[in-house]
Amino acid sequence: MKKSNGRIRTALFFGAAVFLLFGITAGGLLLSEEAMVTDFSRKELAPGFPYLFGTDWLGRDMLARTLTGLSMSIRLGLLAAGISSLIALGLGIASATMGRAVDSVITWIIDLVMGIPHILLLILISYAAGKGLKGVIIGVSLTHWTSLARLIRGEVLQLKEASYIKVAKKLGMRPLDIARKHMLPHLFPQFLVGLVLLFPHAILHEASITFLGFGLSPEQPAVGVILSESMKYLATGKWWLAVFPGLLLVLTVMLFDMAGESLRKLLDPGSVHD
Amino acid sequence: MREHLLFMGKQAVRMVLLLACVSIAAFFLVSVSPVDPLQANVGQAALGSMSQEQIDKLNAYWGVGTPPAERFVSWAFDFFRGDMGISLLYRQEVSKVIGAKLSNSLWMLALAWLISGTAGFFLGVLSGMKRGSALDKAVKGYSLLIASTPAFWLALVLLMVFAVWLKVLPIGLSVPIGVEAKSVGLLDRVRHAVLPALTLSITGISNITLHTREKMIDIMESDYVQFARARGESSWSIFKNHGFRNVILPAVTLQFGSISEIFGGSVLVEQIFSYPGLGQAAVTAGIGSDVPLLLGITVISAAIVFGGNLTANLLYGMIDPRIRRGGRI
Repeated sequence: MKKSNGRIRTALFFGAAVFLLFGITAGGLLLSEEAMVTDFSRKELAPGFPYLFGTDWLGRDMLARTLTGLSMSIRLGLLAAGISSLIALGLGIASATMGRAVDSVITWIIDLVMGIPHILLLILISYAAGKGLKGVIIGVSLTHWTSLARLIRGEVLQLKEASYIKVAKKLGMRPLDIARKHMLPHLFPQFLVGLVLLFPHAILHEASITFLGFGLSPEQPAVGVILSESMKYLATGKWWLAVFPGLLLVLTVMLFDMAGESLRKLLDPGSVHD
Repeated sequence: MREHLLFMGKQAVRMVLLLACVSIAAFFLVSVSPVDPLQANVGQAALGSMSQEQIDKLNAYWGVGTPPAERFVSWAFDFFRGDMGISLLYRQEVSKVIGAKLSNSLWMLALAWLISGTAGFFLGVLSGMKRGSALDKAVKGYSLLIASTPAFWLALVLLMVFAVWLKVLPIGLSVPIGVEAKSVGLLDRVRHAVLPALTLSITGISNITLHTREKMIDIMESDYVQFARARGESSWSIFKNHGFRNVILPAVTLQFGSISEIFGGSVLVEQIFSYPGLGQAAVTAGIGSDVPLLLGITVISAAIVFGGNLTANLLYGMIDPRIRRGGRI
């Protein structure tokens, strides 16, 4: 076997995960019309052909509904993780470079945000934003940056002490050049991986908060809404309403996790040996 | 000894300050909300039939028009004396509502916390010591799978299996309908707490397992374990003499730090099993715009989380003197 096999395999793995996630997102967008169609002649069908996930009490195709919901969750997750990672980058770097006072203020804020149980914080923010979809987006975007900010802060602090940076400083390189030439290439992979690994958290929290009834209106096909509706029909044996949407949600989250981990292996070959 | 006390004092002061900041932040969040307290609590129809005088009176009662800072000071002052206000939905003092809900939640959470901690620790130790074995792969796979599974979906699945399908456990409500709360026996309470506690234990295990596994792998590769092996010590005696002490501390610390997660999970899980605990009250308060209750729950739960973190820090400080001195990275 050639030496590069593991790397190629990881790259293929990454590609497949991204492709599948893209497929779910696109599929959901294409099926969003189909997800709203009600047809009482086919209501409460158990999973089978042609309705792989069965149908609900209004005769809506559960596969279409689930995909539409997941597609929305993924898009929401992308937006929220993007915003969160930018906050993390800014605060992490500021904390590590702008002196002790700034550092202690920022670590204080991180401790503060981490001290309130996450779901409770989401409920508070969603209430502050007047509930609705806006509250969910703001809440999920504003609460996921803490661990990444901590990571970046630690990384920059370590870099500042690294001998090649100190040498560059002694040689009279300007701070901006040091940051661009010596720090950024080291920080970027960490940041990218951290960003991808934020998605699953964002998606899970988005699903949880909509499940609790904050945010999206009941007729909208979001995964959280679908699952909370299915609760009413569990006692009557409509198990497929909860099982398949949930399984697909777990699969989506795992795909994001896998994508993040394989990206880490590709960008930071040293971590393969961990 | 002086060092110990100084360290503890510093940590405690820090915790109190953080708690004060949490209450300021929470108060700020609820006061910027566009949800009108009068509309939410009195209702549009009732407001329409009221005279302007009555509306003004209600406005004054709910503090509409008073600057938020002023309202915060009076709220914080009352809170400090133990008066958390009146819950709008339960029509009772917030402190009483929280007390009742907390006593329901606390032992269920403690049970889940203990089970997930112990099981996770031993699974982590086993898979770390037998790295690469089938057991290790199974444990690792399980942990990664559970980390991607939302707690509320797992709760739904357990509900389906045990309550709907096998019919061995009740669907919900920690008190049977039509029975007075006081006459419920201990057994009944336990029966209703089984599923919520089980869900939280299953989801809580993954984090501590993975963490303990990593630590155990490090320990197994260390010189002192290699040397013990060379002396011919058995796996059990290596664990007993060298592994346990080194791996228990990070595990305990992590578990104390994970109270926030288990509490967050309880919000979802209690909602599904209609378990009348603090988490369910938080959701009710959030949806019903019950501001005093929401604030009270936030502060109390943050206090519990910080208490856990404080314990973790103190434990670490007691064992590892380097942390006590507050060395900066």
